[in-house]
Amino acid sequence: MNRIKAIFSKQNRALLSELVRTDFKLRYQGSALGYAWSLLRPLFMFVILYIVFVKAFPLGKGVPHYPVYLFMGIILWNFFSEMTNQSLGSIVGRGDLIRKISIPRWVIVFSSSISALINLGLNLIVLAIFMALNHVDIMGSIIFLPLILLEVYIFALGISLFLAALFVKFRDVSYIWEVIIQAGFYLTPILYPLSKITNLTFQKLILLNPMAQGLQDARYAVISHNPVVVTTNQLFNGGWYGMIPYVIVLMVLVSGLVYFKSQASSFAENI
Amino acid sequence: MEDIAIKVEHVSKSFKLPHEKSGSIKNVLINFARRQKGYEIQQVLHDASFEIKKGEFFGIVGRNGSGKSTLLKILAGIYTPTTGSIQVNGKLTPFIELGVGFNPELTGRENVFLNGALLGFSRKDMAAMYDDIVEFAELEKFMDQKLKNYSSGMQVRLAFSIAIRAQSDILVLDEVLAVGDEAFQRKCNDYFAAIKKTGQTVVLVTHDMTSIRKYCTRAILLSEGKIVLSESPDNVANEYTFLNLETGVAKVHGGKFPTGLNALVPALEIVPISKRVLTSSDTFEFTINYQITKDIPVRFGISLIDERSGSATSVFDDQIKDDKGELVATSVQKGKYSFRYKVPLHRFNDRDFTITATLYEIVGDKAEVIAYTAEERVGRFVVRGGEPDGGLLKEKGRWIT
Repeated sequence: MNRIKAIFSKQNRALLSELVRTDFKLRYQGSALGYAWSLLRPLFMFVILYIVFVKAFPLGKGVPHYPVYLFMGIILWNFFSEMTNQSLGSIVGRGDLIRKISIPRWVIVFSSSISALINLGLNLIVLAIFMALNHVDIMGSIIFLPLILLEVYIFALGISLFLAALFVKFRDVSYIWEVIIQAGFYLTPILYPLSKITNLTFQKLILLNPMAQGLQDARYAVISHNPVVVTTNQLFNGGWYGMIPYVIVLMVLVSGLVYFKSQASSFAENI
Repeated sequence: MEDIAIKVEHVSKSFKLPHEKSGSIKNVLINFARRQKGYEIQQVLHDASFEIKKGEFFGIVGRNGSGKSTLLKILAGIYTPTTGSIQVNGKLTPFIELGVGFNPELTGRENVFLNGALLGFSRKDMAAMYDDIVEFAELEKFMDQKLKNYSSGMQVRLAFSIAIRAQSDILVLDEVLAVGDEAFQRKCNDYFAAIKKTGQTVVLVTHDMTSIRKYCTRAILLSEGKIVLSESPDNVANEYTFLNLETGVAKVHGGKFPTGLNALVPALEIVPISKRVLTSSDTFEFTINYQITKDIPVRFGISLIDERSGSATSVFDDQIKDDKGELVATSVQKGKYSFRYKVPLHRFNDRDFTITATLYEIVGDKAEVIAYTAEERVGRFVVRGGEPDGGLLKEKGRWIT
């Protein structure tokens, strides 16, 4: 208990908030629209995908509120890829600090994760606007959204810690991760509804991925209970297999923490 | 234990030095396949043990590559020792480099808070220290400007003010004293003199023997990763000077001795203790260090030379004499010797001066020159702040009519 207290000590919180603040201040330094870009970027991305996948190649036929459904997928995946990518280079990027002062290393990874969280928050505001425009009925299940987001965050945090520590030793990691993120984008039902995949085994395999499970749960909780929105729990009929994504998340977090902790003391000499 | 600030016990540190930049998975696999280690082990610190008491001004001295920076980083918690342990009592704030994390796009004020957070101070702590820091840096008018619009001198002043105004139990400073202009230097001098009284513990790593002698209460000398001397600052500073002279002779000149020196006297130099820029109310203090490799009687003399008058005439010459006014030998055996001397400056106007030393072998009742100082081994200082175009001396004659 004391150790957890030490982790969130006054100094560490001050450091964390200062790093996040600086990051945020500097992110849109020199751009005319400034913070507005945090909202404009996902909007433009959405407009492009909307034109391609709603108007040109209507993939989402039969899915209620498909534009909102699509947007939910985009912002959750963007959050995951932004957070892991930024964290991956965070320790090496702050090498000058690590070599010269003794700050808790995890604060650095944590601060990039919070920057990504702030962006997610802004995107959720845009999502709320779309929901209003698209006449999505607010359902009681929306209260589960924070829990689902927490699960996605924990999953991303575990991966981030692992990647950030690994990148100190092997610079190849960034290229490998780039490929994995690309592949993950198509392996997760972001653009297409899961119902387009007719093979049930494939459907099940896809939904074992915590990102896919989290995304489908979020859509189910917020947008529609229509059976087209398949969730992991439904697919496995509430069976034990449906717990696999949660087990994966937990395992990723623990191994990320353990590996990061084992490497943290030698970051200063290895960077 | 209560009166000990830092306790270092049998600390050793070794680094893995990769043969080439083996930061890729490919190299790791290749090395693994060939059953090679992709690195060599370099031992940087060997079994270092010492204690620093609370309120001490502790100096760490050593040549480049002696392991002093590694030791400092271990004290600061940046490196973990390979073996051994470190105990720190109280809050330790390290300054390995000034202005770590300074961002040119942020304002001076924002940078103070960012730097403070990095050093482990909360926003509230920093708010309490803020005015003091800004005032010490003399930058009140510039705090809302971006750091990129500061001159480099202003940046250094701000960083240094944070460093010495940080209310921390133990300060660890690495070579940060030589910053700022003359006036700021004087302020820092006063501050260090004052710090000795406040009971704050300071660990100082430096090449500058003047500050070691002036501020430190104790010092250690590191050579090739080992503590070779742990004593009074004066002894450590002298030993360091000799260590430097010897290797300087052997390495830089490749066995050839610099002007004025030879195998008999491989070292002879004047090392200023005072600052180089003085006023006529100050005193210029220095040490003469020499090393002799044979058991022969020698004595030395010094000369003060006014640069504008040229080296042909000295302002004065001085040699060590006994009570009866007879010249005496300063040493008869081989070894290293060190003497201190001071010159009061109240007679002089604004001039540039040089102190030179000459070493004589005593042969019967004659003395033969065996070595002299030249180039960077002479002592140089200037007197400033008085009459710019007066003569050498302040004393003048008197008008009779």
